[in-house]
Amino acid sequence: MYVAVKGGEKAISNAHQWLAEERRGDPDLPDTSVAQIREQLSLSVARVMAEGSLYDPELAALAIKQSRGDLIEAIFLIRAYRTTLPRFGYSKPVDTEAMRCKRRVSATFKDIPGGQVLGSTFDYTHRLLDFKLMAEGDVPKAEAGTPTDGPMPHILSLLNKDGLIQDEISSDAEPGDLTREPLSYPADRAVRLQALARGDEGFLLGLGYSTQRGYARNHAFVGELRIGFVTVEMSIPELGFSIEIGEIEISECETVNQFQGSKSEPPQFTRGYGLVFGQQERKAISIALVDRALRWRELGEDDLGAAAQNEEFVLSHCDNIQATGFVEHIKLPHYVDFQSELELIRQIRRDALMLEAGE
Amino acid sequence: MTPLFSVNNITKYYGSQIGCAGASFDIYPGEVLGIVGESGSGKSTLLNCISDQLSFDEGHIFFDMQDRGFCNLANLTEPERRMLSRTDMAFVHQNPRDGLRMTVSAGGNIGERLMNTGARHYGNIRTAAAEWMERVELAAGRIDDRPSTFSGGMQQRLQIARNLVTAPRLIFMDEPTGGLDVSVQAKLLDLLRGLVQQLGLAVVVVTHDLAVVRMLADRMMVMQKGHVVETGLADQVLDDPQHPYTQLLVSSVLQV
Amino acid sequence: MTTHSEIHDDLSFEDSYNFAYLDEQTKRMIRRALLKAVAIPGYQVPFASREMPMPYGWGTGGVQVTAACLVPDDCVKVIDQGADDTTNAVSIRSFFERTAGVATTEKTTDASLIQTRHRIPETPLTEDQILVYQVPIPEPLRFLEPRETETRKMHALTEYGLMHVKLYEDISQHGHIATSYAYPVKVDDRYIMDPSPIPKFDNPKMDDCPALQLFGAGREQRIYAIPPYSKVKSLDFDDYPFSQLRAPETCAICGADDSYLDEMIIDDDGGRMFVCSDTDFCASRQNEQGFEPAEVAS
Repeated sequence: MYVAVKGGEKAISNAHQWLAEERRGDPDLPDTSVAQIREQLSLSVARVMAEGSLYDPELAALAIKQSRGDLIEAIFLIRAYRTTLPRFGYSKPVDTEAMRCKRRVSATFKDIPGGQVLGSTFDYTHRLLDFKLMAEGDVPKAEAGTPTDGPMPHILSLLNKDGLIQDEISSDAEPGDLTREPLSYPADRAVRLQALARGDEGFLLGLGYSTQRGYARNHAFVGELRIGFVTVEMSIPELGFSIEIGEIEISECETVNQFQGSKSEPPQFTRGYGLVFGQQERKAISIALVDRALRWRELGEDDLGAAAQNEEFVLSHCDNIQATGFVEHIKLPHYVDFQSELELIRQIRRDALMLEAGE
Repeated sequence: MTPLFSVNNITKYYGSQIGCAGASFDIYPGEVLGIVGESGSGKSTLLNCISDQLSFDEGHIFFDMQDRGFCNLANLTEPERRMLSRTDMAFVHQNPRDGLRMTVSAGGNIGERLMNTGARHYGNIRTAAAEWMERVELAAGRIDDRPSTFSGGMQQRLQIARNLVTAPRLIFMDEPTGGLDVSVQAKLLDLLRGLVQQLGLAVVVVTHDLAVVRMLADRMMVMQKGHVVETGLADQVLDDPQHPYTQLLVSSVLQV
Repeated sequence: MTTHSEIHDDLSFEDSYNFAYLDEQTKRMIRRALLKAVAIPGYQVPFASREMPMPYGWGTGGVQVTAACLVPDDCVKVIDQGADDTTNAVSIRSFFERTAGVATTEKTTDASLIQTRHRIPETPLTEDQILVYQVPIPEPLRFLEPRETETRKMHALTEYGLMHVKLYEDISQHGHIATSYAYPVKVDDRYIMDPSPIPKFDNPKMDDCPALQLFGAGREQRIYAIPPYSKVKSLDFDDYPFSQLRAPETCAICGADDSYLDEMIIDDDGGRMFVCSDTDFCASRQNEQGFEPAEVAS
């Protein structure tokens, strides 16, 4: 006699044990420490912090270790942890002008006040596998440079002195928090930028790329890309003033985009903006491209039907934790619905065959 | 006799540009009004304002509603206005793609307004759809075909059937024959004229084609740069235009 | 500086999380959404869904609704495809055992709260029970109109003609309404609602149901509800009325001829047998008839 398959509980527990074993790999090799991941896989750590939207390099490194290097899984771990944390308040806006830059480049000017700072970038490396890294040797220490300190004006603010670029509308309105309020459409720019900062790097890269290839092209130049450290301040009502609570590394990109104007108004350049945790310039640039494309309505441009212009499309699909959950859920049992489909198709086929036989 | 539809001083600005200014007219049941002018004259702006597709800056629109009489449309709630626009009013677009669901069968296209207003009997909806297909000279055997398999003229006739199925009393048309071959245009105009007479429809038709006006309209309105420059009985205006712009329009067509 | 490992060393999972996982503030937010949902039957209330420690699309909405409803003396039952022992049901049940310490059961009649994916139990529910549905796509109009801004307007203005156009197209093409699960309903003569992907066999159970029915869609951030004894009507045409659909067979284990059946392929020749999808219903019928409950295969 047939016996219904049972034992889901046991199967799950066994799967978890096997997973733990596989994560560890060959036990004869030394275990990777969280500190090693934090220091040596720092760009992975940056991505997990940004898309997990929790600035904590140690936890991000732990998540990467636990997820066997599956970064979306690591981001998921961080998100699930983050959501349980108490909310003490909101920081003051960070002042990126006061950033301690480790990298700062502009594509629109040859030289800029404060200078172009190349920083540690893959940009001009030749992508040749470095077999020396296989022999675990030490790296010669780089020559120490002088850290850039003090306020460094944004390049675009210099352009703005001549009125050549549109002013961003300044607002004291409290920006929304999409982790506390459900996303509703149309979303304002602050909420859009927030969603993009948490959004999947690959998705935004693809969308940004699509704008360059003509799907809502917006003629972007990187006005400035800066990476470095900014201090985070919080107002403490009991004290009556704000205090520094720490420092975070961020990447910020401002693009200069196609100008617009009319007979009555002189043309001005427009901008796109991207800001993201950690050293993630690919992501920052992508956000700026997509941000600019999403602003078509506000800037009086045409809806070209491009994916990057479609706010609902971009914002409802950029979150990789939502995406991976829903894409992967189709592997869960669906046999009840499938059974219903089976019966329906049998019924329709029966009718069709009878009709055929009758004719 | 009260008018069916009354438009009072409708004004629409695009920024500092005038879209249309101070347009007023009345339409009585069964009457056809043609609005002519070249592109940019404001005729489409006016049509969109009075058909609840575009907000306007000044003016009022009244409609003689079946259940509550002569009403300022601004005083209706949005659901009431939407209900009106799918029962007693209808809109025929220049491009049938804008007025049809291209991925839904001809029968479904015609049936939609019925279902929107509560029809829940499949057989009756289908019968009504087949009848309307025949009235607009489409083969009822194509009821399950999608409009994408139809020619441009057939699509336009399908759009008309889709709009007329709920027996509206007022119908707006935006260049209904634009984009069709001349021979197809003539047949479509014939069909429209027949339907308008049989059903006693009131129509506001916007066109740049004076032949459409001559064939369909009782009265006409000429627009230039957002303003109405001449109104009158269609035959009179066409035969004896008063305003220089109308004279230019008429002469440029009739001399061909 | 204190590191995370020091902070976390002494804390067990149970100590570090609140009752039923969610913090009280979040539960209050969800309860407010639930109250609104009950007040406007079938209306989708937006809520700030939290990230849960299970993936979106795997029941995070249902889990949040359950967590917001649970009290310590609750007795929870979790089913997926009608069964208590499917992996995802097991996983969610153990989540509540762990985070809320509540009693759990497989018996429909013993449960005060039942969380379900894709089925409504065969045993009729009572006024003392809450049924929580996991919902993947809450918007019944979504596949006709992808834009949220548009579908919200369609609901607000009761513009539901398009839904019937879809049903009309089904009949004209197939001779039947070709929807066999997630079959749309109209609640309380007002809102069209997606009942979640239950087979349409289960639709009539929602109508005039004594239990409170709550629906949670985590990824889509929506909650909706059917208050007890509400009118729930499956959409149809007068001349093509809604009909239930099940395999025209009897359960090979308990002999039921009125329950929803799963079809099993039992040999390489495509031989089949049919058994109840509701495992508790099947087991209690076996008990009544003096059968031993189905064994646990290892």
